[in-house]
Amino acid sequence: MQLTQRLGAIGYRLLQAVPVVFGIIVITFMLTRALPGDPAVYFAGPAADERSIAEIRAQLGLDRPLPVQFWSYLSDLVRGDLGTSISTGQPVTHELMTRLPASLELTLVALLFSVLIAVPLGVLAATRPDTWIDHLCRFIVTAGVSLPTFFTGLLLVYVFYFLLGWAPPPMGRLDILYLSPERVTGFYLIDALIAGEYATWRSAAAHLVLPALTLGLFTLAPIARMTRAAMLQVLASDFIRTARSAGLNRRKILLSYAFRNALLPVITTLGMVFSFALGANVLVEKVFAWPGIGSYAVEALVVSDYAAVQGFVLAMALLFVTLNLVIDLTYTLIDPRVRLGD
Amino acid sequence: MQRRDFLKNASAAAVGASILPFLKSTPALAQSGDTIVVVTGTTINSLDLHRTGTNRPSYQVAVNCYDRLISFGVKTLPDGSLSYDYDTLVPELAERWEIAADGLSVTFYLKPDAAFWDGTPVTATDVKWSLDRAVSVGGFPTVQMRAGGMESPDQFEIIDDKTIRVHYLQPSKLLLPDLAVPVPFIINSKVALAHATDDDPWAMEYLHRNPAGSGAFKVERWQPSEQLVYIRNDDWQGGPLPAVRRVIIREIPSQSTRRALIERGSVQFSHDIPAKDAREMLANPRVKVIGNPIENCLHVLCPNLNFAPFQDKRVRQAVAYAIPYAEIYRNAAYERGAPMWGGEHLEPQSVVWPQPFPYTTDYDKARELLAQTDYKDGFEVPLSFDLGTAEWGEPTALLIQEGLARIGIRANIERIPGANWRTIALVEKNLPLHLENFGGWLNTPCYYFFWAYVSDRLFNSSNYSDPEMDQLVAETLHIPMDDPDYEPKLKRMIAKAFDEVPRIPLYQPNLEVAMIPQIEGYQFWFHRMPDVRTLKL
Amino acid sequence: MDTLAPRPNTLGRHFLYVLSSNPVTAIAFALFTLIVLTGIFGPLLVPYDPLATHSARALEPPSWDHWFGTDHLGRDVFSRVVVATRLDLLISVAAVSLSFVFGSLLGAMAGFFGGWTDRIIGRVLDTVMAFPLFVLAMGIVAAAGNTIENIIIATAIINLPFYARMVRAEVNIRRNAGFVQAARLSGNSDLRVLATQIFPNALPPIMVQLSLNMGWAILNAAGLSFIGLGVSPPTPEWGIMVAEGANFIVSGEWWLTLFPGMALMLAVFTFNLLGDGLRDLVDPQRRT
Repeated sequence: MQLTQRLGAIGYRLLQAVPVVFGIIVITFMLTRALPGDPAVYFAGPAADERSIAEIRAQLGLDRPLPVQFWSYLSDLVRGDLGTSISTGQPVTHELMTRLPASLELTLVALLFSVLIAVPLGVLAATRPDTWIDHLCRFIVTAGVSLPTFFTGLLLVYVFYFLLGWAPPPMGRLDILYLSPERVTGFYLIDALIAGEYATWRSAAAHLVLPALTLGLFTLAPIARMTRAAMLQVLASDFIRTARSAGLNRRKILLSYAFRNALLPVITTLGMVFSFALGANVLVEKVFAWPGIGSYAVEALVVSDYAAVQGFVLAMALLFVTLNLVIDLTYTLIDPRVRLGD
Repeated sequence: MQRRDFLKNASAAAVGASILPFLKSTPALAQSGDTIVVVTGTTINSLDLHRTGTNRPSYQVAVNCYDRLISFGVKTLPDGSLSYDYDTLVPELAERWEIAADGLSVTFYLKPDAAFWDGTPVTATDVKWSLDRAVSVGGFPTVQMRAGGMESPDQFEIIDDKTIRVHYLQPSKLLLPDLAVPVPFIINSKVALAHATDDDPWAMEYLHRNPAGSGAFKVERWQPSEQLVYIRNDDWQGGPLPAVRRVIIREIPSQSTRRALIERGSVQFSHDIPAKDAREMLANPRVKVIGNPIENCLHVLCPNLNFAPFQDKRVRQAVAYAIPYAEIYRNAAYERGAPMWGGEHLEPQSVVWPQPFPYTTDYDKARELLAQTDYKDGFEVPLSFDLGTAEWGEPTALLIQEGLARIGIRANIERIPGANWRTIALVEKNLPLHLENFGGWLNTPCYYFFWAYVSDRLFNSSNYSDPEMDQLVAETLHIPMDDPDYEPKLKRMIAKAFDEVPRIPLYQPNLEVAMIPQIEGYQFWFHRMPDVRTLKL
Repeated sequence: MDTLAPRPNTLGRHFLYVLSSNPVTAIAFALFTLIVLTGIFGPLLVPYDPLATHSARALEPPSWDHWFGTDHLGRDVFSRVVVATRLDLLISVAAVSLSFVFGSLLGAMAGFFGGWTDRIIGRVLDTVMAFPLFVLAMGIVAAAGNTIENIIIATAIINLPFYARMVRAEVNIRRNAGFVQAARLSGNSDLRVLATQIFPNALPPIMVQLSLNMGWAILNAAGLSFIGLGVSPPTPEWGIMVAEGANFIVSGEWWLTLFPGMALMLAVFTFNLLGDGLRDLVDPQRRT
């Protein structure tokens, strides 16, 4: 493909995302306004009367008609202003900057753990279909996805922290006495290395183990399943048969021919699993007091914190749109036959 | 930079300790008596109590970082625990105060050495600016000030640099105590005004993130929904210098995690724990549990008078006789707190408040009462509670549901998320039958009645409206409690509450806290916030 | 291509073959039968009233009287776990059916008509899928109120795009296939061709998705319960029982959360294994 053609295709793909993003903005706005409960009353506090509630409603701009509220929301958005979260009292953009990395770090470490286990399991199962190994693999990953994450999380905390004392207390990303490392990426594992603070790195890593395990167990199944299915399909295809009949080394066939071709659907699945895991994060973060966006979204939703709910859902959605774009681009790298914009 | 280095060194020491399996870094450091880690389940969302949208847990910043003119004294309760003392006012920023002979003003003389964190002296100008702010910004602070009879900046008069006078609208026993609640805290007005704008004359935006006070602790670090770190103000003039240098308030949403943390000694203090945990941890020698009945607070069942069947007093009484009080006390309150049923007399014998109501679990009597009404075949009613109080609300509601079923009232349980609760229950007041937990800050019976029994008041979620009650409350609210009129009128109010039961008390709840046994000096406060100024290790 | 539409007589034989060749699938089918039977007859068989409190016997560990112990109000955990089966099955079956019906409809339209219909439906689906799904479900339930119907609808909405996309892809591929052209040429209307010739081909992969989603729907409802947006008490439901029991783990009352948790896991597990089994059943490559 020509470079210009490629760029054009990328541009078209980006353009496709525009209505989606607009749709997200509209749905989020409508959804937050449909939340029952009156934030003005909630925030007026325990001993408020009609007068103070009305004062607060005006302060929050909630006394204006909906289209006006939507318009001012849009124009703020264009200026990069997501508003101020009333429940934490911080600008939503600031919250995003500090919380998103926490969630991403957790999700990515969980996915890494998951891929490291699930892909070999999938390949193993695919090379020995219908043997006890295949069944065992299937059993393990299915058991993983069948556990409610909050249940797994609580169980792990109970055993490894409360009973055995091996894990650090489930109190967020670092031990209480460590300061977060100088912020570069917001990922403590990376920032601590950059700053050369190895003790902080160890603390951050130790705090990641249980939540990442909890989330990782949950994402084993789709990855392993897709790996197995894709491998089976590829292994049954003509070119593998040809390669086999040509007497190529079995290991080489498996890894360089079959696996490479099976990667494509696996990567697609990874994208979906990522979004899925970000959602599942909500529950894991609640159990481990993880200062990420999931736990924040729950809190914001419960108090009808419009700005926060809108900002976070928007951020998550944009993230996902970007991710899909990246996956589509990766496609072209792995498989030149795939054209963008189809 | 120095702070950073300090923490780095501390953590380096802690890493060494963490090689031993059961010695985590935090307790190791805390044993030096320098730092206390407190866990709570709630988020501090602002450092400024006056700001719109500041939630209840944030009030602790006003307590620990700011001073008021006066505060409450301390008393030792019969069980040996410490509590604030509503009947004693003590100096905080004011050195002394005098009530004018006509009873219509009180003059405060500021401590000569009182100074803000930046070293500038506390002056009458700061005090006036702060009190003006509390009565002007609207929302909760203004309502609370009004409850004490302070409504307008005109009431605060600067006499000289160190003297300020507060004028009463009418003589009231509530004004002085209301100056000792967290709301009228004193702000460094020079700092605040430097950050005020035309749109924001009260510097709400600045003080929200940057406290400017004279209090015992400064805020060293604040990460909303993670932690708040207090560091001691070594020049504090408001009271005895705190024993601990640093207090870390850590927010842990999961209740079971908080319990695990305190039981394992990973943290030193757990604030506001569930009754069940309190009862069970009494058996753990590594944890000290202190529970105090929350003054002027009741967990009640409210039959709403807007709902036709509950307009009949006998139906409300029938409900009051059909509640399994003992089961609720056992399974929802875990026998912590004080029972509020089974009073022996139909007429109150004293003005002690709260006191047990003269109802017991008596299904026959309940059926008999219901049979006299139009609703002898029972009826269906939703029974609601705030999801935020599910810990006691849910078992309580389930047990009430069972009790009511015995007399033919079919209650369907509805859980209402926190955001909707205030709107539906307190403002619109249209929940037919619901659980409520109001507690008054100012500890006088008339104050409770003022909020909960007077027509249209916020916490009168039963829509009870009775001219005689309104009249009696208006007459008793401001007069001194030793006024000869006070006792008979109050008895009449309590008698009406007994007889007409628009609110059916279940029990008086406890405020429970857990700490490692080495911690001393914990005091119960009506505001139910951790006052970390008195904690010692 | 038409091997994709299995004929019933061979299907039965194939079913038996799959069961005998794959013990895990056989187990899954057995468990599935057990769960369905429990859902139907469970409420008739339990030893106690699942709603009756008995405060004197609260928080008792498992015993001969109470096989799974009692909860904080003295209710029998075993009875509650068994009775909950019906509600959890109902939620997942209803949610998955809804998303299947509406998802297929949208997907078939998009795939068959193409053009603007396809584009609009595609963008709408993209929009829904761009939300973190669990957060969207939370939002819907929070906004509409936490009733069982709303939990079902929320779960259906977040699952809908998967079906729609699947059906769209299948329909799109076959839109111009030989057998479709033939059906058209012999005078069948578009809709008829879509319903009778194309759509049935999309069914086998959807069956797999259905089964997997059943498990996921149960987990979803449980997750909503955990954050307080689920079924209202005192209705027995696994998710809410786990969530409530979670507060009792540290104090040592493990049976409150373990048994409903195991039931929940077993059900999800069964549906997932079943999905795999169904895949073997419909996958042409695995047929002999």
